[in-house]
Amino acid sequence: MNTRKIEILVGLFVALGVAAFVMLAMKVANAGISGNGETYTLQAKFDNIGSLKTRAPIKVGGVVIGRVDGIQIHPEEFVPVVSMSIDKTYECQFSDTTSVSILTSGILGEQYLGISPVIASDSAKQSCLGNEVVNQDEMDLDDLFGVESKALKNGDLITDTKSALVLEELIGQFLFNQGSE
Amino acid sequence: MIDLLQKLGHKTLSRFASIGRATQMLLGALLNVPNLRKGTPLLIKQLYMVGHQSLLIIMVSGLFIGMVLALQGYTVLVGYGAEDSLGPLVALSLLRELGPVVTALLFAGRAGSALTAEIGLMKATEQLSSLEMMAVDPLKRVVAPRFWAGFISMPLLALIFSAVAILGAHLVGVDWLGVDSGSFWSIMQSQVSLQQDIMNGLIKSFVFALIVTWIALYKGYDCIPTSEGISKATTETVVHSSLAVLGFDFVLTAVMFSS
Repeated sequence: MNTRKIEILVGLFVALGVAAFVMLAMKVANAGISGNGETYTLQAKFDNIGSLKTRAPIKVGGVVIGRVDGIQIHPEEFVPVVSMSIDKTYECQFSDTTSVSILTSGILGEQYLGISPVIASDSAKQSCLGNEVVNQDEMDLDDLFGVESKALKNGDLITDTKSALVLEELIGQFLFNQGSE
Repeated sequence: MIDLLQKLGHKTLSRFASIGRATQMLLGALLNVPNLRKGTPLLIKQLYMVGHQSLLIIMVSGLFIGMVLALQGYTVLVGYGAEDSLGPLVALSLLRELGPVVTALLFAGRAGSALTAEIGLMKATEQLSSLEMMAVDPLKRVVAPRFWAGFISMPLLALIFSAVAILGAHLVGVDWLGVDSGSFWSIMQSQVSLQQDIMNGLIKSFVFALIVTWIALYKGYDCIPTSEGISKATTETVVHSSLAVLGFDFVLTAVMFSS
């Protein structure tokens, strides 16, 4: 067999290998689209995280906007602290009154974090982004109540959290209520 | 008693000596400065023999393994109403384990044995000695291109294996058993990560490529130059490299995926 033919066949082999890699990366793993965009980190304290795992999705109204980055125990309060890495485009968009809850997808499904967003006021957004706050005279709704809300930025802690539902605790509560009637 | 001790000592020493000879051969083949003009055609010839010639067996086994995985996975998952998870089940088991391991086992049988037999026969017919007589380093001329060909081909073959197997699983799961095509791909995409799964699988197959080609080349290079010796060396290549692949697979899996 002459050299040219061998070279063509080897080229075909290598091309097939590269095509397989591209197919696996794009079609099977969906890299690049949600994998390695820029993110920022938020923290949230829970009483009980149930079976939440790292890499669990973080959703707003069912749309994935980030992933759970790590789960640690708070060194003094001994409650779990979940750090979430969220798409950079949502930085300074949520107010610090936003709540996070641990939800379950389906009956047997994995647990994920659901964010019920409260949209930050314009002045809070601006100050979070580091800009000068303009048109101060315009009153925000929050200011009417005498509360000044801030927008969530990298490293902030979300305080309004709802823990995971644990089946045994639910049953225990149910039995306790039955007993007291 | 003393005889027994002596036997044990002899076994140990000869085992160490053979590990030493294998390392010497590998380093001798790799540390030589490659001559690009002369080396490239040799490498391409070996890539053809080792890689392209193994394509058929790899693709056919990949297709059937994917189909069987889908069929078996479906019958279990459908009992829980979770047949939509067929995609990640198939993709993860292929990318993490079956792709690299089965490719390495097939490669040891298909290409490793051929490498051993070829080099063993070269040794038996004194072609290696003649090369040395002509001041051509057989490590550089014969061993190095074959090693690099194996090292490059096997990860490519493992990728092709996984890709074809996932297509086979799609064929059975979606086209035959009626899993929804959209959820087959989308759940797979949300569960499989490029770094965690595909890259780790790729690292695995590079390690297996090193092990299998190294064993195959060493067994051929070190065989007893008779017809019996060559047959023994060929058998040893397949047995030893299969066992080494399975052993290292456990270690690598424990390191990569245990956390």
